[in-house]
Amino acid sequence: MITALTVAVGGCALALAAWCGFAAYRDQPTKDWHFIGMAVVSLLALVQLVVGVVRLAGGDRPDQGLPIFLAYLIGSAVCVPAAGFMSLSERTRWGSVTVAAGGVILAVLEVRLYDIWGG
Amino acid sequence: MPDSTTAARSDGERGRTEPTDPTDPTGRTGTKPGFSLGQGPGRLLVWLYGVFTVAAASRSIVQMIMDFGRAPLAYVLSAVAAAVYAFITYSLVRGGEGARRAALVCCAAELAGVLVVGTWTLVAPSAFPDATVWSDYGMGYLFIPVILPVTAMIWLRRAKR
Repeated sequence: MITALTVAVGGCALALAAWCGFAAYRDQPTKDWHFIGMAVVSLLALVQLVVGVVRLAGGDRPDQGLPIFLAYLIGSAVCVPAAGFMSLSERTRWGSVTVAAGGVILAVLEVRLYDIWGG
Repeated sequence: MPDSTTAARSDGERGRTEPTDPTDPTGRTGTKPGFSLGQGPGRLLVWLYGVFTVAAASRSIVQMIMDFGRAPLAYVLSAVAAAVYAFITYSLVRGGEGARRAALVCCAAELAGVLVVGTWTLVAPSAFPDATVWSDYGMGYLFIPVILPVTAMIWLRRAKR
């Protein structure tokens, strides 16, 4: 796929994780600014999903198989929105921890996506 | 976008259990509307178990579709792991004493599964031509499969209060 985009999504996901982890450390729930951050990361992941599908439609194939690639691509697009949704109804520090965990998971998914595509 | 400025602060210890009625002759919380297991620290557990349900299920489904014959034992074990994770996620969301006990049993089974499969993959690697979620004590998943059941069991024991 596009390596720069994968790195960008992973980096932003880690930044989001650190930010929300800090909020949890200060015993705060996720605030509006956190949700804007989640929206930015989600948007990047969504762009990645579109780019991935376009590349597939263009005839490129991932090294480790199409179904695995698609599963990780979709997973990385829904990861942060799902975590954000869960933190909406958990207005304590644990909502922030949940989003932080979501950010770390997205970063891991990006590493795997890079491997699966083959660079 | 929620108005998070009004959000109540909490140390995560409140609002989980119904106050026990001292006049309740049975003295059991299980007879009441279920207390929540998915609030506070439990929310993080719901999230992680949800993620692992998806991870294990999609892994086993993809592998079974692509080439079941290559490592049937590994793929079936991945499917079993997915089922256990799914049930624990459901129990955490459902709440109440019955769900708490069911989740405790499943967490113990999960821990046993991780330890047995982890040891098995180290002693007899030839039985597993392909990895499962629980291979090498979940090393490919940052050891979360072995940490998660222990954390969940601690949480489920504390949530009883």
